[in-house]
Amino acid sequence: MNGKDCDMKISEFVKKVKEKEIDVVENTKKVIEECKKINSEFHYFNVICEKEAIAQAKEIAENPKGRLAGVPVSVKDCICVKNIETRAGSKILSGYKPTFDATAVERLKEEGAIIIGKTSQDEFGFGSFNTNVGLGFKVPLNPHDKNRVCGGSSGGSAGITSKSDFVHISLAESTGGSIAAPAAFCGIVGLTPTYGLVSRYGLLDYANSLDKIGPMAKSVEDAALILEIIVGHDEKDSTSLYEPFEKYTSYAGKEIKGMKIAVVKEAFGQGIDAEVSKKVKEALHALETKGAIVEEVSLPLTFKYSLSAYYLIATSEASTNLAKYCGMRYGISGKLEGNFNEYFSKIRSENFGTEAKRRIMLGTFARMAGYRDAYYLKATQVRTKIIEEYKKIFADFDAIITPTMPMVAPKIDETKKLTPLQNYMSDILTVGPNIAGLPHLSMNVGDKLPIGIMIVADHLMEKNLIRLGSAIDSAYGGK
Amino acid sequence: MDIDEKLIKNVANLARLKLSEEEEKRFLEDFKNILSAFSDISKCDTKNTKPSIQPVVLKNRTREDKPGKCLTNEEALSNTENKEDGYFKGPKAV
Repeated sequence: MNGKDCDMKISEFVKKVKEKEIDVVENTKKVIEECKKINSEFHYFNVICEKEAIAQAKEIAENPKGRLAGVPVSVKDCICVKNIETRAGSKILSGYKPTFDATAVERLKEEGAIIIGKTSQDEFGFGSFNTNVGLGFKVPLNPHDKNRVCGGSSGGSAGITSKSDFVHISLAESTGGSIAAPAAFCGIVGLTPTYGLVSRYGLLDYANSLDKIGPMAKSVEDAALILEIIVGHDEKDSTSLYEPFEKYTSYAGKEIKGMKIAVVKEAFGQGIDAEVSKKVKEALHALETKGAIVEEVSLPLTFKYSLSAYYLIATSEASTNLAKYCGMRYGISGKLEGNFNEYFSKIRSENFGTEAKRRIMLGTFARMAGYRDAYYLKATQVRTKIIEEYKKIFADFDAIITPTMPMVAPKIDETKKLTPLQNYMSDILTVGPNIAGLPHLSMNVGDKLPIGIMIVADHLMEKNLIRLGSAIDSAYGGK
Repeated sequence: MDIDEKLIKNVANLARLKLSEEEEKRFLEDFKNILSAFSDISKCDTKNTKPSIQPVVLKNRTREDKPGKCLTNEEALSNTENKEDGYFKGPKAV
């Protein structure tokens, strides 16, 4: 269903590596060459780390062990990879080479993954289309139609996952829909875990109460495997959960008879493309045929208030998180002239892009004395109401299903005409689960241009995403 | 609430951003549009509702107080040119 020539699952690839049927060094060299070629046309990578990847491949070839032995992995630019320039798509971090790996990256490497590069994103994750790239960066182009966007903010990860004709997965990140949206527009699988399930250590944060690291893959089963590897408590992240986690891959292919699915009325109403609704309803019908029980529900508060609450919380947190980027310690720096206020303001003004400045401004305002209670604090209370609304549904249902995005990937030119508010409104379907920290999975149910279906589950119920997602995969002739 | 040039200048100053005239004009317009839409949340009844600073309930846990691995001085300073005698060098504070 993903239109790939490469149908090999990660587990099959790893088996072949271990049996020496696949030469890891040769494969890595081939993958890097292919990435360079794709990148010159589609701009999915901010960095391709050829030297380091081949060095890693040589080590693995000598001793192929782990569940990801030799698997090429790309990593969203906002996730730290030791000694590889990591900029979160921003000019202000030019030259920054972390001295450590993010915990999720470390866990992938421990299983034999080979890091091939850092992928394009909206600057610090500030966008839904990956068109808000930092100063000097290129906008990634949709793999199915170069005039269209990849979706954001993990656009490069989605693009290369879709375009690659080789075994590959990507490590991405979502704050308000940054895994689901590009997965939908590029026609791949994007899995956003429960908040706190995957350590955020080594993630250049956008909004720390919303950010989640998760996999983007060609199949549900591959995504489940990656999740299985990166989850688990990390003492370096005080918000990472202690809860026991599941063997997610064991839920792929499990029957779904009797599973109860809530279909949200508002997600098929005004503002949602007819073709998107049609395709998602067809997929729901396919799940019904396999024995799932589908019923309609309503999420009135979520649809009315989640967008406002999300943007107020996200920008508030972003404005404090981005205060550390000031031309000292790492990233871009200048001649130390003037007092600290003058110096910091100069560096920040010259190196942040327009959307970054806009969100820092909005967040600073929402936390300002006199406005904080009406905006930031109110938004966190509204968030409680939204979580309660979801919890009521999950008392009776195993999952909620909606389209991922209201439309197919828009043309790049069309997105330029949108006001910032119109831009934000395209997130209407993804902000709900993100503000509530709920796990969700987007996958393709379109045929010509990709269309995303989004499955949302209760906290820590990722297994339901895998069960339903793999049922859709098999219904659509996927792997 | 008055969203005007003065407010924009004040916010920019707090955010340590020096905006061009064009940016000030643009953000003033954006603020008006965005905040009039987002102000809708005032209509949501949140009486007696606790704020959710995190989306999941987190419990405080303490760890044993023993020294662990840490960045070396050299590693910490490896990403900047502005350093002297093992310290970061910054702009004047006053």
